[in-house]
Amino acid sequence: MTTLLIARKSLKQHALSTAVTALSVALAAGLLMSVWVVKEQSRDLFTTMTGGYDAVLGARGSKLQLVLNSIFHLEASPGNIPYSALETLRRNRRVEAAIPIAVGDNYLGYRLVGTELQMFEHEYAEGREFELAEGTYFDEQRKQAVLGSFAARKLGLKLADKFNPYHGLNYDVNKRHGDVYVVKGILKPTNTPADRVIWIPLAGLQTMEGHAKTAMNDISGALVKFRSPEAGIMMDNLYNKQGDRLTLAWPIGAVMAQLFDKIGWFDKVLGLVAVLVAVVAAGSILASIYNSMNERRRDIAIMRALGARRTTIFGVVLLESSAIAAIGSLIGFVFYAIIMSVVASVIREQTGIVLEPFKGNMIMVAAPVGLILLGVLAGIAPAVKAYRTPVAEFISPVS
Amino acid sequence: MNNVVQITGVTKRYRSPEGEIQTVVDIPEFQLEERRQLALCGASGTGKTTFLNLIAGILKPDEGEVKVAGKTMSALDEAGRDRLRAASIGYIFQTFNLLQGFTCLENVLLGMAFSGKSDLAQARQMLERVGLSGRMNHSPSQLSTGQQQRVAVARALVNKPPLVLADEPTGNLDPENARQSLALIRETCEENGAALLLVSHDEKVLNQFEHRSDLAEINRAARGEVAL
Repeated sequence: MTTLLIARKSLKQHALSTAVTALSVALAAGLLMSVWVVKEQSRDLFTTMTGGYDAVLGARGSKLQLVLNSIFHLEASPGNIPYSALETLRRNRRVEAAIPIAVGDNYLGYRLVGTELQMFEHEYAEGREFELAEGTYFDEQRKQAVLGSFAARKLGLKLADKFNPYHGLNYDVNKRHGDVYVVKGILKPTNTPADRVIWIPLAGLQTMEGHAKTAMNDISGALVKFRSPEAGIMMDNLYNKQGDRLTLAWPIGAVMAQLFDKIGWFDKVLGLVAVLVAVVAAGSILASIYNSMNERRRDIAIMRALGARRTTIFGVVLLESSAIAAIGSLIGFVFYAIIMSVVASVIREQTGIVLEPFKGNMIMVAAPVGLILLGVLAGIAPAVKAYRTPVAEFISPVS
Repeated sequence: MNNVVQITGVTKRYRSPEGEIQTVVDIPEFQLEERRQLALCGASGTGKTTFLNLIAGILKPDEGEVKVAGKTMSALDEAGRDRLRAASIGYIFQTFNLLQGFTCLENVLLGMAFSGKSDLAQARQMLERVGLSGRMNHSPSQLSTGQQQRVAVARALVNKPPLVLADEPTGNLDPENARQSLALIRETCEENGAALLLVSHDEKVLNQFEHRSDLAEINRAARGEVAL
């Protein structure tokens, strides 16, 4: 009780330096937690987000590019494949479903993806199917569109609204197609990259004004669901080892995991920056308390003269440093919420992946506890200085 | 009657900035009876603060024995001396030595806390006794010097220690406040049954005591007789 009172009073007496130091700890806590949660959740989400498919079949080339283009609707397609390749796939007894996609156009930066109605009947995650929030699905023979929830909200499009697509995956005002599409339906949010897509009939994208006539029967890729896990091995062998025209990206999660392995160094750099910020924050605790020691030595001597033990004084200083770290860690959750709201919004905007900042994570316990321990460590040097205060020297002039 | 302080053959030396060893305190014998109020005349340089700090256990003698309330202070380790000081000694300083970040009440409570006690009612009662019932939540800087000394008296006596040490307790006060403050210290010590050992060089203060002595007579070092 006494220790708490003395520590509280001391922190109050040095309110400004306490506040500034606590804020630096808060920033460190916020950064540590944000970096960790973004790293973990993005890896988890990107490596488990398969759209409900096992593989992607596309032009010969990079598996990663195929997955990014077909599942995450990022990057350009590595090339086209003939529709007949899809038909061959569908005839294979190991294949449960094969759904075509075609890309190449956008509306104000939001990607148009041509597909068949079968895509909407497919479970994009276990037990979860696409559902319409309003309207109906498109007619495969007409120039109609079904919008993902995020795209509809960002573009401000409503049912029956009309729009002209633009050529290419990036918006260029000079590349407006003459075709006019009508919004027929808007999907409920799926919290997947599909939310950022404008879905149109496959034929619509293939026959869009200005597209090459020779590519009218081509598709960008096929999303594949196998009947059994073993089928993947057989099909991988068939397309990737025996064949040389097409690429089968399988399994999707493993392809994405390779991406994260490649950019693992970036995680480490971010983690290192966060740890350095934490170390600097601990240094500021040390400097703040240590610098206040000279003016506090008389108070310490008075307390010692009143009977306070050296260990009590030592404990008071450690309590102060850990209290600053604890207060900072608490405020750190505010910084965390701010950082995560910005980062999650950017990631959703760019990928459609929705992070869950407030989902429980061990780092939310580990970071505050670690910072408090660091605070205790930072308090040791000033505590030793306080411990060594010569009472007789500071209590009164010797006569 | 028992002695609350018993000193035998105590010496304390310091090394001067020039590296010379100087004996500041050399007391062959000294005792203070329980409940007795003794004033020691101590001119500057007679080692009075060192003497009080040796009794309080803030300093440890180089030789000899200091007994306080029946316990050998000089034989205890530092933590033991801290405990004995907290439990048995109230210390009043010339400069009051109040903790500025704490209220008057908290200053008094701290006087109890280090001996393991925390009695809010007793702390309030003590402040009322010294006439500060309306100033309990004031910080020391909001009080006059006389009132600050009253807080220091309350803090020293709140534990009802058997021994109160007072080092020039009126040195910073005007004559009227000095008179009142001294009367308060003596009255409260008497009420609490505490012995009082006061050192001062102020004749007006010293003359009020029935028992008085000269520190130079007790401390051989103050007379220039250095123990070998």
